[in-house]
Formats: sequence, structure tokens, C-alpha cells
Amino acid sequence: MRAARTSVVAAISALTTITAVAGCAQKSDAKDSDAIQVTASDSACEVSKTSFPAGHVKFAVENKGSKVTEVYVYAPGDRIVTERENIGPGTSASINAEVKTGSYEIACKPGMKGHGIRQKVSATGKGNPAKRDPKLDKAVAAYRTYAQKQADDTLPAVQKFADAVKKDDLEGAKKLYAPSRIGWERTEPVAESFGDIDPKVDVREDGLEKGQKWTGWHRLEKSLWQTKKITAADHDLADQLIKDLKDWQKRVGTADITPTGMANGAKELLDEVQTGKVTGEEERYSHTDLVDFEGNVEGAETSYKLLKPVAAKNDPELAKELDKQFAAVGKLLDQYREGDGFVSYDTVSESQRKKLSDAVNALAEPLSRLAAAVVTK
Amino acid sequence: MTDEANTAPSRRALIGWGGAGLALGAAAAGGAAAALSGDADDTQAVADSGAAVPFHGAHQAGIATAVQDRLHFAAFDVTTDDRAELIALLKEWTKAATRMTQGHAVGGGAVSDLAEAPPDDTGEALGLKASRLTLTIGFGPTLFTDKKGKDRFGIADRRPEALIDLPAFPGDNLDPARSDGDLCVQACADDPQVAVHAIRNLARIGMGKVAIRWSQLGFGKTSSTTPDAQTPRNMMGFKDGTRNIAGTDSAALDKHVWVSGKAGPAWLAGGSYLVARRIRMHIETWDRTSLKEQEDVFGRDKGEGAPQGRQREHDAPNLKAMLPTAHVRLAHPDSNGGARILRRGYSFTDGTDGLGRLDAGLFFLAYQHDVRDGFVPVQRRLARTDALNEYIQHVGSALFAVPPGVRDADDWWGRALFS
Repeated sequence: MRAARTSVVAAISALTTITAVAGCAQKSDAKDSDAIQVTASDSACEVSKTSFPAGHVKFAVENKGSKVTEVYVYAPGDRIVTERENIGPGTSASINAEVKTGSYEIACKPGMKGHGIRQKVSATGKGNPAKRDPKLDKAVAAYRTYAQKQADDTLPAVQKFADAVKKDDLEGAKKLYAPSRIGWERTEPVAESFGDIDPKVDVREDGLEKGQKWTGWHRLEKSLWQTKKITAADHDLADQLIKDLKDWQKRVGTADITPTGMANGAKELLDEVQTGKVTGEEERYSHTDLVDFEGNVEGAETSYKLLKPVAAKNDPELAKELDKQFAAVGKLLDQYREGDGFVSYDTVSESQRKKLSDAVNALAEPLSRLAAAVVTK
Repeated sequence: MTDEANTAPSRRALIGWGGAGLALGAAAAGGAAAALSGDADDTQAVADSGAAVPFHGAHQAGIATAVQDRLHFAAFDVTTDDRAELIALLKEWTKAATRMTQGHAVGGGAVSDLAEAPPDDTGEALGLKASRLTLTIGFGPTLFTDKKGKDRFGIADRRPEALIDLPAFPGDNLDPARSDGDLCVQACADDPQVAVHAIRNLARIGMGKVAIRWSQLGFGKTSSTTPDAQTPRNMMGFKDGTRNIAGTDSAALDKHVWVSGKAGPAWLAGGSYLVARRIRMHIETWDRTSLKEQEDVFGRDKGEGAPQGRQREHDAPNLKAMLPTAHVRLAHPDSNGGARILRRGYSFTDGTDGLGRLDAGLFFLAYQHDVRDGFVPVQRRLARTDALNEYIQHVGSALFAVPPGVRDADDWWGRALFS
């Protein structure tokens, strides 16, 4: 995981769904006159309505303040439903969202930091989600199934890893460590959208907040490879990891997944590769970065393949390019296979890492245009 | 969308010639500065105005153009083996370069209509002027035949004879990671952010087809192509390159800088050759050197910049008044059978080297019509006996064939090479 991030895959309770698209990108059912006016200033955050029918909602934001602001829509527990950053002084922005019945908070953040100035709002009634291309509905359903399967398959793999830790089987645990992470890595943007689970299972030492207890995979990684000793504390950590991942497994099904969220999630997976894996930062003790690397790429490719029927129709050139670049990255990764995994990343030279980095850039750049190809009408 | 980037003010109408550039030959490539009388104040005024240098012309801008204050230079490896893809990229690059040099954003701009997609332009030059940005492309030897001898793009037979593999010079300590490249782009501008923005956007457009191999930021031009102007000082505190070729001296440019139609190959007529050398200076030891030795090493006085035994910076040097190992004496055309090269180098300081020393020096850029009677013999002489060698080390090196100018909106970088 990265130290801090705002996931594009909206996080997710059974209660909300969002499709955030720019006002002019998609025909919307909400007329401007129906839009909820959000007037932001340096000291206030006024909304024209505090109650509105659930369904397609448009927020028309105007920044009358002197500072750049951002506007968040929060579901209970400060889960981000949608947000728009960088709204300059004197400028406007619009946010579209599909919201289900429930309570929300609108937050304006002058200066783009802090808790923000908040207004409570509620969505009433039953809600009428906007009509979407049935092909996209199919893609979303298939991706949901995929994400669930990754979590379901992770649990037994993690159980094996935890058992080895608890038996003080250092070598066995080392072998089982990387495979136990693959499901998580493949669906990282969805997994990370559960803001309370991610910091418990996938945080690195440098990502810890003051006072936060370090738990999860990377804490165990350090014991296995760095101190080379399994302690009673590690036994507890292994149990905790199982418990936290069961929580994830239970909640994946409620994840609210949108086509653009899938597309940008794929791009985010490549961001993960570029900023964490290519550099060797993610698995700094075990050097199993290439296993994660492949997991991230597989997850991105799954998203893309599911969206391809629509994307290829809207932007055939883009689909051709993505097919080519996914193949190129796959071919490059193949050079580093060893046994049923990959070579240790500390044996990969600086110039080889540059080749990997270039290949990731070559794929991530067109991948960043996938969302547009999915929302284009 | 409407273009939010500033275009230069009406001043452009006074100094840019648009499509008339061709008729004016070299002067057109000199762009803004050449249109003026060439005195220093005017060059400064043009720089301050943030004007645009015409992109189209017989020669590429960024060579005879009055030297701008800042540099971002990038060498690329071509990662695709597909000739059509490379050509498509060169066309796309040309389009983007045309827009950026005139102060516009690339593609759909920096703030696109679609919040869900990244904007085409990276955005950091929004609201900045064109700042005399020039973008100059060059083709390295490995574009014609790669290191394994493979002719990836069917142009091996078009490699110019003069595009040699530079010989090793005594004292070289070249880092392969800072040397060579299939392509290069030199971005010069009076605003560093404009130069960086240009390279960044070209690199982004190129992803999947090219990858940056190395790049270099430069500041404080160390050479001037406007002869009446004060020669800038290098990191050693000396004015070096006083006798540079003027961007307005079309006779000297034709003789020493532009590749003539006769010298061949045809696709390079009106082009040039660019040598890039990253020259690290041992700043700390230099600073501990007595003034007398410093002046003897260069062959100039430090305060005025006059050649030893003369009064003024631009006085003709009396080479015999200098030590035989003096830098100016050895580099002077009279010591090199009349060879002259157009220098366009910049100072660099890339932080420190881990040993508490500044990683600083000169990023030497020089244009000439043939390195075999330009840079190579001059550098051979310098590398052997230049007193300056005690204080410098060449750590990066590259050579590129620089195609002629892009003539109009239908033309593109390297068209003649690939036709």
C-alpha cells in the first residue's frame, strides 16, 4: 500500500453508490435547476437543500472564497463517497453522484486540508439509479465476483502462512508469505477502500501514524527476513492478520463498484507498481516485489478485460494499445520467473529495473485514458 | 476548449516573421533575436517580454537563436521497433512542439472537459508566456544501427558518415547511464518551468515508444550567440566562449554550423551536428587555486574577461602571451586550423555527490557542420594538454545529427530522413 491515498474505487457500504463524472461528460438526468448549490467560502459551506431525493444528484459547487478548496461527500464514518479537489477561488465545479437513501455530510475544505466545514444532508425515498449500458452492468457484476473470489482464495493461503508462523517454521513461513498476498494485491484499490482494514494488514513501517501499532503482513515480513526470529508476538500478529482479512472477505461483497472506478482502479494498480514495487520499497526485507508486481498487473488486466467490450467500441485505438502494452509487461515479467514465483528483487539490476519502469509507464499512460473510454457516449 | 496559456503580446508581430521565415534563411531560425539589431539591451528586452520564437524555418530554432537563460535537455531510447510507430511519434511531437513554443498547451489542454480522465497537458505552464522556448531534436548513431548492429527502422544506409562514434579522449570518465541516446530534445527557454514543462510533455506523449535515458537541467548560459552582449560566466567564474559564432553571422553559420547540401546526406542539408558533454568541475579544488593560476589556466583575466595581455573582453587574443597549456589558446581556431564551433552550453548544479562536494560543472553543447574537423580535433588537443584538465572531468557524452528546420505545418521532425 502507499502511505496515504484517496481511492477512486468508492468505498463502500451497502447504502451508497456513486458514479462521479464531470458535468459535461455524460448526459445526466439532473437538470441544473435541480442541482444542489454548494457555496464554499473561506469560512462557510452553504448548501441550497439539506434534503433531496435519492438517485442521481448533482452538486453545483461555487468557490466564493480566496483559497483553493475541495468538496467531499461523506457517508457515515467519514467514508468518502465522492470528492472534487482543486476548486480555485472564483471557480465552479459540478459533481454528479448516484446516492441511495441515507445520511451524508458535505464538507468544504478551504486550503484543501483538515476536517472541513460540514453540512449534514440526507437523501430520501427509494432512489432511481441512472440507466447504464447493460454491458457495463455486466462488467461490474463480473468484477465484483472476481474481487470476492480473490478474498475467498486469500484466506486459506493466509491460514497456511499463519500456521507456519505459529509453528515457528521460519523457512516454511518465508515460502508462504508472498503467495498469501496475491489476492490482496490483485484487488488493491478495492481492498484499500476499506480504510480501516488496509492500515492493519498492509502498512509498511514508514506508513505508520504516531501511536499506531504496527500489524499485518509487513510486520511479519520484518521478523522473518530481518530479525530472522519468530516470537510469541508474531504468533499474535498472525492471528490478527487472519481476523482482519476475514473482515475484508466479509465486506468485499458490499463494495460498490462502478465502471469508471474499475478503470481508474486499474490505473491505480499500475501506480502501485510504479511507486512501490519497481523501487523495491514494498517488500524491502523479503524482496518478493515481483510477486506483488504481477498481482497488481493481473488485477489491472482483469478490470480492463471486463471493460474492453465497451472501451474497444468507443476507442478501438486505445484497446489495441492496451492489449499490446499488457502483453509487453507480461513478457518482461516472464524473464524473471523462477520456480512457481519470481527471482528475489535484490538481484534485479538498476538497468533492469529501468526497463520494468519504462514498461509500466508505457502501459499506465494509455490505461489512464480507459475511464474516458468507458464514459464516452 | 479555449486555450488558457498566454500567447505572447503584440510584440510578436514585430519580431516574429511567421511563414516568411524561409526566405530569410538562417536569420529566421535566429528568430526573435535575429530580427533585432543584435545589441544586448534588445535581447534582454525580448527575453523580458516572454516572446515566442517561430518554430518553422529553414533551420531548427535553438541553435542560432539568441541563447536563452535555461535548459532542459533529454536523451531518449526508442523502445519500439516499429518504424510506423516512431514516425507517428515524431509527427505528434512536432505538433506538440509547435504548440508549446508558441505558448499553447498540448492536445486538449491542461484542464480537460472530462473530470474522470487525466488532462492532455500537464499544466505547469498554464498562464506562463512562451518565454522564447525552442525545441530542437537530434538523432543519435544508435537510431540508425543499435548497439547490436541492428537496423531497426530501415535507415542504416542513411546514417551520415560524419555521425561517428566519438573516440575516447584521454581523461574521459564516461558514465554510460549519462551518455548516448537514440534521440535528443534540447529545450531552451528564459523560464525554467517552461523548459521543464516541454520535456515532460514530450516524454509523456512518447511513453511506450520512447523512454528518457538521461536528462540534464542547466542554468546560467555559459555562451552567448549575441556578440555585443557580455559573455556569461561559467561555474569557475570565468567568461569562456567569448569568440562564439554569432546567431546573426550567416556567413559563419553557413561555413561552420549548417551541413551543406554538398556534404550530404540530402536529408541533413540545413541541419547540424550536436555534441553534448557533461563536464564535471572539481569546484572545491578550483576555489582553492590562486588567482594567478586560475588566470593562467584559462588565459584570461578573471575580472574583465580580457585575453591575457589585452584590455577588453572582446579584444583579439594574443595567443603567444598565454601559456602553451592555457585553455583559450588551445581551443582557439588559430590553434585548430580555423575550426570553429557554435557553443551553447549551460552551467549545472545537481545537488551534492555524497562526499560533500557540489555535483556541478558545465553541460557543454556545441553545434558544427562536421565533428571530424570540429569538436574531435579540438577536444583531442584539449584532453592532451589543457591545464584545465586538473579541475574538470568529462562524465557524459553524446553526439546527434540535427535535422534541418520544420518548414511548415505539414512538415515534421525528421520527415526527410524517413521519406
